[in-house]
Amino acid sequence: MYHTLAVLVENSPGVLARVAGLFSRRGYNIDSLAVGRTDNPAISRMTIVVEGDERVLEQVSKQLHKLVDVIKISDITSSPHVDRELVLIKVNTDAGSRGEIMQIAQIFRANIVDYGHKNLTLECTGNQEKINAFEEALRPFGIKELVRTGKVAMLRGAKYTNINRTKEED
Amino acid sequence: MEITCAEALVRCLEMEGVELIFGYPGGAILPVYDALKDSKIKHILTRHEQGAAHAASGYARTTGRVGVCMATSGPGATNLVTGLANAYMDSIPLVAITGQVPTVQVGTDAFQEVDITGITMPITKHNYLVKDPKMLPMIVKRAFHIARTGRPGPVLIDLPKDIAMTPIQFKYPDDVKLMGYKPTVKGHGAQINQAAKLIMQAQRPVIYIGGGVVNANASEELVWLAETIDAPVVSTLMGLGAFPGDHPLFLGMLGLHGNKAANLAVTECDLLITLGARFDDRVTGRVAGFAPRARVIHVDIDPAEISKNVISHLPIVGDTKKVLEALLVRLDKKQNTTWINTVGYWKHEFAPRYRPGGEYLKPQYIIEEIYRHTGGDVIVATDVGQHQMWVAQHFAFKYPRKFVTSGGLGCMGFGLPGAIGAQFGRPDETVVLVTGDGSFQMTLNELATAAEQSLPLKIFVLNNRRLGMVRQLQEFYCDKRYMAVDFTFVPDFAALARVYGFKGFTVRTDQELQTALTEAFSDQGPVLVDCAIDPDENVMPMVLAGADICDALDYE
Ligand SMILES: Cc1ncc(C[n+]2csc(CCOP(=O)(O)OP(=O)(O)O)c2C)c(N)n1
Repeated sequence: MYHTLAVLVENSPGVLARVAGLFSRRGYNIDSLAVGRTDNPAISRMTIVVEGDERVLEQVSKQLHKLVDVIKISDITSSPHVDRELVLIKVNTDAGSRGEIMQIAQIFRANIVDYGHKNLTLECTGNQEKINAFEEALRPFGIKELVRTGKVAMLRGAKYTNINRTKEED
Repeated sequence: MEITCAEALVRCLEMEGVELIFGYPGGAILPVYDALKDSKIKHILTRHEQGAAHAASGYARTTGRVGVCMATSGPGATNLVTGLANAYMDSIPLVAITGQVPTVQVGTDAFQEVDITGITMPITKHNYLVKDPKMLPMIVKRAFHIARTGRPGPVLIDLPKDIAMTPIQFKYPDDVKLMGYKPTVKGHGAQINQAAKLIMQAQRPVIYIGGGVVNANASEELVWLAETIDAPVVSTLMGLGAFPGDHPLFLGMLGLHGNKAANLAVTECDLLITLGARFDDRVTGRVAGFAPRARVIHVDIDPAEISKNVISHLPIVGDTKKVLEALLVRLDKKQNTTWINTVGYWKHEFAPRYRPGGEYLKPQYIIEEIYRHTGGDVIVATDVGQHQMWVAQHFAFKYPRKFVTSGGLGCMGFGLPGAIGAQFGRPDETVVLVTGDGSFQMTLNELATAAEQSLPLKIFVLNNRRLGMVRQLQEFYCDKRYMAVDFTFVPDFAALARVYGFKGFTVRTDQELQTALTEAFSDQGPVLVDCAIDPDENVMPMVLAGADICDALDYE
C-alpha cells in the first residue's frame, strides 16, 4: 500500500541526503519525494510517497524521527487530503496533429507553455491518476520529454500539519 | 574580544568539562592543535586514528561521559570511521572532531579531502560540517547534547581549516534548542500502570536487560525490580554487569552463545520484561521461536526499537531508570516460587561448563582464574571472537561499566585501544585486556601509546594461533573446510611486549599460568601473558543459524 507522508525538516545542508540515505539504507521504497521550503524559510516540507505495510510504515516514521533535522512527520494517507502533481510534457506535433492535441489539453485543463513548429510543451496539474491519464493521451503523438514534480499534499479542512502539531483547529 | 574558531572550539570543550582528547594531528587540523597547546585539556596521541576513536569509546564506556577524539582531514577522518561505527552500534556517546580542507576547496577533490559527513551519515547520530564560523559554539553545544542525551551515540564535527582560523566573538550558548530532537525521558503513566498490572499477574516473568540499563545507570532500580517481583534476569552482551553476576536471580547471557538456563527461561516465560535491549538477531535466534509463550513489555529510550524485530505488547518509551522508578512504586512484593525453583534448577544443572583436560590450557579456565585472582573486581576489555564469548560466559561481572567490549559491530581490534581508554577513564582501577592473537594483531600498534602513557594494562592473549571463531563457524557451516583461519607465523607476543616495556610471559601449563597471574596482579606495571590454548576449543552452547535459542548445541 502507498502512504503519503508530510515531513517537516530543518532547512539545513545535507537534510535531503539524510532522508534519502535513510530510505535506501534501510531498504524502504520511495515512490516520489517532493521538497521545497515552507512559509518559514528555516523549514522545508517534504511530501514522501512510500510503499509498504503498516509495520514498514511505522519503522519508516520512527527512523525518520531519529534524524535530528526532522521536526515532524504526519502520515496523511487516511485523512482527507488534497494532493497535486505537476507535469511538463514536450510532445511531437505537425499541422495534422496540433488541433487534436489542443483538444486533449482542453479536456485535461492543461496549458500550452511553449509552442514550436515541431513540438508543443504542455503543463498539467492534478492528482496522479489525472496526470497518468494525460500522459497516456499524449503518448500516441510521441513524447519527446516528460518531467513530473512528484506529489505534494495537504490535509483538507481545518486540519493542518505545522511544526507545533497536527490538530483540528477549534 | 575575538578569538579564532579553533580557540573557540577548545574553549567549548573546556566548558563541556572535557579532560581528555584522543587524537592524531595533521595539516587540516593544525589550527585546533595549535589552540590545544594552551589548554589544560590533555591530549593523548595514539598511533592510529582508529585507536583514538576506540580509546574515546573505552573512556566513555567506563565513565558514562562523552569521549572525544580528533583527526585530520582525509585519511585521518576515514581512519576514525570504524571507531564511530562501533560507538554507534553500541550507543556510546562520542564527539569526533575532524579537520577539513579550506571551504573554497571543499568539493574539488583537494589534497586529503574526503566527504566525511557524507561517509559517516549512517554511522553517527548526527554530524555537522561547519560553514558559518559564528555557528561553531552552537554546533559544539548541540553535538555534546545530542551525543549524551536520549539514546547516546557519536556525533562528528567537520571543521574546514579556513573556518578554524576565522576570528569570532566567543560566547558559549547556555541552552540548546533543537526543533527536531526531543527525546522522551519519562515513560507514559498509563503504560506503566499497565506494566505493573501485567507484572503482578505474571507467573513466570523474566527480565531481559541490555546496554540501555548501563547507559541509564539503572542498576540499582533493576535489582529492586528483580527482587520485588521475584524474577530471574538474563542479559545481552552489552548488559553484562548491569545486574550483579553473582546474584541468585541472575541466569547469565542469553542468545547464540547464551547460557542454557537463560535461553530456557526466555522460552518458557509468560512475561518478558525488556529493559534497554533491542532483540538483536544474536539474541533472538529464530524470531518466531523467541519467547513464544510470553507477552512482551519493552522499555526503551529509542521509539524506533519498539516492535522493530519482535512485536511488543506493551511498549514504554523512556529512560530506563525513570521508568523503573515510576514502576517500582506501583508494584507489590510478590513471589513466584514454582518458577524460581524451576529456573534455579536449570541454573544449577546447566551452569557454564567446559571439558577440562587435554594437553592445553583451557581458555575458560584461564578466564575463571583471572576472576579468582582479582575477585572479579577489575575492568575487563576484550576483542572479538571466541575469547570474547568465553569472558561473557565465565566472568561474572558484578558492576556496570566494567566490561568493555564491541557488541553490535563485533569489531576486532577494539580491545587494546578500548582498554587504553578505559584505563584513562578509571586510572585507579586494574584494567585487564583479554584478546585473541588475531584481534590483537589488528591494533597492537597501540602498545606504544600504552607504554608512552605508562598504563599498567594486564593483557592476556588467548593464543590459538588462528582465527578461532571463524574456524568454529567453518567447522559447523562449511563442513570443516578450513580456509584462511590459520596463522603459520605468529610473533612471540611476550617478547614483543617486552620491547614496549611490558613484563612478558608465555604460559603453557597451569603452573606457569599461576605464576604469571600472581605476577600480573601484584606488579604495578604493564604485563602481557601469552597463553597457549587449545586451538580446537569451541564456544558452547551454540545456536545454529535459523534455530530457536532453546535448541542450542552443547557438549554431549
Ligand atoms: C575487523 C573484523 N574483521 C573480521 C571479523 C570477523 N571475525 C570475527 S571473530 C574472528 C576471529 C577472531 O580471532 P581472534 O582474535 O584470534 O579470536 P579467537 O576467536 O581466536 O578467540 C574474525 C576474523 C571481525 N569480527 N572484525
